[in-house]
Amino acid sequence: MSKKEKKSKGISRRKFLVRGGLGTLGVLAVGTYAFRNPLRRSMLEMAETMAPSYMGSGTEPNLWFELTKENKVIFHSPKVEMGQGSFTSFAQMIADEMDLDINQIEVIGAATKTGVIDMMSTGGSLSVGGLWQPLRELSATMREMLKIEAAKKLNVDVSNLTTKKGIISGKGKTITYAEVANDITEWDIPDTPELKPMKDYKFIGKPVKRIDLSAKVFGDPIFGLDAEMSDMLHAAIIRPSVVGAKFKNADVSKAEKMPGVIKVVQMDDWVGVVAKSYAQALAAKYKIDVEWTIEKRYTEEDLRNMLQVGKGNQSITQKAGEALNSDDSDVISMEFTSPIGAHAQIEPNGAVADYNNGDITIILSTQVPGATQKVVAEAFDVDAEKVNIIPTYLGGGFGRRLNTNHAVQAVQLSKEVGKPIKYIFTRKEEFQHDLFRPPTHHIMKGKLNRDGYLHSLEHHYASGDVAVNALIMPGFLTSALGTDIGAMRGGQIMYDKIPNHRAIQWHTTLPFATSWWRSLGLLANTFAIESFIDEMAISADKNPIDFRLASITNEGNKKRLYDVIKLAAEKGKYNDKPVNGRAMGFAASTDANSPAAHVVEVSIENNNIKVHKVTCAFDCGVVVNPDQVKAQCEGSIIMGMSGAMFEKMTLENGELTPTIYGPYDMALMKHAPKEIDIHFIQGADIPLPVGEPPMGPIGAAVANAVRRLTGKRLTDLPLKLT
Amino acid sequence: MKIAFTINGNLQTVDIEDGNTPLLWVIRDMLDLKGTKFGCGKAACGACTIMVENEEVRSCSYAVKFAEGKKITTIEGLGTPENPHPVQQAWIEEVVPQCGYCQPGFMMATAALLEKVPNPTDEDIDQNIINICRCATYYRMRKAIHRAAELKNNSNS
Repeated sequence: MSKKEKKSKGISRRKFLVRGGLGTLGVLAVGTYAFRNPLRRSMLEMAETMAPSYMGSGTEPNLWFELTKENKVIFHSPKVEMGQGSFTSFAQMIADEMDLDINQIEVIGAATKTGVIDMMSTGGSLSVGGLWQPLRELSATMREMLKIEAAKKLNVDVSNLTTKKGIISGKGKTITYAEVANDITEWDIPDTPELKPMKDYKFIGKPVKRIDLSAKVFGDPIFGLDAEMSDMLHAAIIRPSVVGAKFKNADVSKAEKMPGVIKVVQMDDWVGVVAKSYAQALAAKYKIDVEWTIEKRYTEEDLRNMLQVGKGNQSITQKAGEALNSDDSDVISMEFTSPIGAHAQIEPNGAVADYNNGDITIILSTQVPGATQKVVAEAFDVDAEKVNIIPTYLGGGFGRRLNTNHAVQAVQLSKEVGKPIKYIFTRKEEFQHDLFRPPTHHIMKGKLNRDGYLHSLEHHYASGDVAVNALIMPGFLTSALGTDIGAMRGGQIMYDKIPNHRAIQWHTTLPFATSWWRSLGLLANTFAIESFIDEMAISADKNPIDFRLASITNEGNKKRLYDVIKLAAEKGKYNDKPVNGRAMGFAASTDANSPAAHVVEVSIENNNIKVHKVTCAFDCGVVVNPDQVKAQCEGSIIMGMSGAMFEKMTLENGELTPTIYGPYDMALMKHAPKEIDIHFIQGADIPLPVGEPPMGPIGAAVANAVRRLTGKRLTDLPLKLT
Repeated sequence: MKIAFTINGNLQTVDIEDGNTPLLWVIRDMLDLKGTKFGCGKAACGACTIMVENEEVRSCSYAVKFAEGKKITTIEGLGTPENPHPVQQAWIEEVVPQCGYCQPGFMMATAALLEKVPNPTDEDIDQNIINICRCATYYRMRKAIHRAAELKNNSNS
C-alpha cells in the first residue's frame, strides 16, 4: 500500500508517523533496567504491561504518539518535564485536537533510540510555545487518520464520523481509537486539518491540574536517580575541589581493599570506583589518594580583575543615537555587581548506565538527550543509534542539565565492570562542579533632558560565559558576532523612546565553567538597569512609573511592556512614598518577548529585608494553563528573590565555596512573600515564554523598595543592608 | 548485622554489614522505596525526611542501627491515591509540586509538624518547615499546610 505523504508547514516538513511498534517497544521492555518500587506502577512497568497497537513501521524514526489497547495515547515528548508544567500543557493540546480526555493521555520523555530527538534541548522557556503549532497539528492529523481508517472499518463515509473522548461514531456505529489502530500498519496521512478555534477548546486556557500531580504527591519513582537496572552496581568518581586542578595520579591500594568494592577504575584523567552499594562506593572513594596538578589557586581578587567592564571581548549589542561623553558633567553613573550563582537543584546529577557490547543505555535527568547521545557515541566510537538516552522527570533543571556529559564517565565505569552502574554526584561536587551563573559587573550611565526625562541611557556590562562554550549548538552560539547571547538576556535597553541608548557587552571566559542559570543574564542585567532607572527618576523627582512610561512607545509590540507596567502599578497600588514602615519598589523587564512588571512591598526586620507582597503583571500571550503559568510566576519570583537576596559563591584559595545548603544561603519558607498577586495580559495570539521572564524584575524591585524605605541604594547582589 | 523495624506498617529485617550506613540508602536501595530522596547527604536540605516514631528525621544522616525496633513512615506509607493523608490531599488541592523532587520531604515534615502542632500559625510554619525547594513552591506550600491542618482536624472531629 502506498503511503501518501503530504507536506505540512506546521510540522516543519518532517515526515510524521505514529508508531506503536511491538518490536520497537521491545527495546524498551527487555528488562535491562527497571524501576522496582513494589508499591507503584513505574514508567517501565507501564511500558511493559501495555501492548500497544502497531501503528506505522517500526523503523520510523519520528515517534510522537503511541496508542494503547486501553484506548490511551502516550505522547513521547521531545521536551522534558523539569517542573515547568509543559507535559500538562502538551496533554491539553493533544486532548483538544485529538478529542480525548486529559486522563486518556500520558506524556513521557522521548528516548533517543525510538523517539523524536530535539537537538535544541529543553530550555529557554520555549517548550509550550515551540510545540504549540506542531503538536496541535499532529494531534488533529492523527484524529483524521483514525477517522479515515474507521471509515473503512465501519463502512461509513468519513464525513459522517465524529470523535469524542477517543471514540469515533457515525450512522449509529462506534469504534474506539484503539480498535481502529489495532491492525493498521500503513496510514494515510491527510493534509493537515484546520485547527479548532480557541473558543472550542475544552482544555486549553483552563486551569487543568498537573498530570504528574499524583506521581509527585505519592512519591512515585519518576526521577533519574530513582532508575535501576537489574544487577546494577554503584559508582563514585573523584572530582577535584580546586578550580582547574588536573588529575596527575592516584594511589588506589587502600580503596581496593574496602568492603564491597568491585573495581577501582583509573583512566588517564580521572579515577572512579564501583562497589556493591552507594555507601560502599562513597567510603572507598574517600580512601583514594589523588595527586592533582594545581597551577594556580584563584581568589576573589583574581576574579574581580578578570571580570570587569573594559576587559575581555567587547561587542555593542544595541546602539541608538549618540554615545555619552565622559566629560559631560550632567552624566550620572553607577556601578552594580552580581556574584557567582549555583543551580543548587535538589536532585544531584547522575546517571544509570549500561554498556553492553557497544549497545549503550543511559537513564538520567537531562535537558539535552540528543546532545548527550552524541557526546557518548563519540566517546565510545559507536553509531548514535547505539546509544539510547532515556530521559526521566528532572529533580530540577534550571539550566544545570544542559550539559550532562558525566554520562560518558558513567558508561565507562559500566564498561569496566561489565554491569550496569548508578553514578551520583555528591552535594559538594554539585556546588564545585556546577556550570555556574557567571558573576557580572555593570556600569550604568544616564542623562536627563530639560524636562527631567531620560535623554541617554547606557548599559555597559561584563559577564562570564553563558551561551559561549555551551554544549548545545556551540557552532551557532559561539559564532554569533562574538557576543554571548545568553549573557545579553535582559541586557538591552527596552525603553525605545530614549533618544540615545546603547548596551555594550564585555565577555570573558573564566577559569571555571559558567553557563545557563534560569533566565541567564536577565536577573543581574535587569537589576542594574532598573535600579539605575529608579535612581534617575529620584534624581528627576518624578514618579518612577510615569518616568518609565514616558520612554516607551505605546503601540505595536512595545505597547505590551507599556501595559504590564501600567497594570502592575495599578493593581499593586504603587506608592513611591513609604507608609507605616513599609515601602514599595517597582521594576519591569522584557525577556524573550514576554514583558513582566512587579510591585513589591518590603519592610526591614532585624536589619533584614522582608518582602511581604509581590504584585506581578505578565504578558506571555496565550495562557495555555493559567494555574501553571501562575505557578511559574510564583516560582520565578521566589527563586529570583533567593538569587538576588541570599545566594553567593566565592573563590577562596582556589576553591569554590560554600559546598552545602545553609552556608549557601537560599530563600526558605520564612522568606517567601505571603501574598503574590498575578495578573495576565494577553498581548499576543500565541503562547510565549513563561518559565524565566517573570524572574527579571524581582531583584531591582526589592532594591528599589529598600532605597525608598531607607534612602540607601544597594548596588551589589545579594542585597544586604549591613 | 540484622536490624528489625516496622516500615509503613510492615515488619522488616535487613541484613547489613555496616550498621552506620545511613537509613536513607537502606530505604532506597535495599527496600526499594524511592519516594525518599537523596539531596545533600548532610541533613541540610530535607529531601530525605521521613518519620521515625512520628518524629521528623533526615534519613541521610541517621544510621540504620538506630532504627532497630522503631516505627518508620515514608511517603509511600503516608497515604495512597485511594486514601491520601490530609497533607497529600491538601498538596493536590493546592497543586503544590513543580519538579516534585523535594516534595515528599516537605510532606513528611508537614505531617510530623501536624502531629505536634495541629493548627500551625504562619510563624510555626516558618520555624518548622525548613526544607529547601529550588522551584520555590513555598507560596503554595504554606497554603497547603494550613489546608492540611484543616482537613486533618475535620477528619478527627
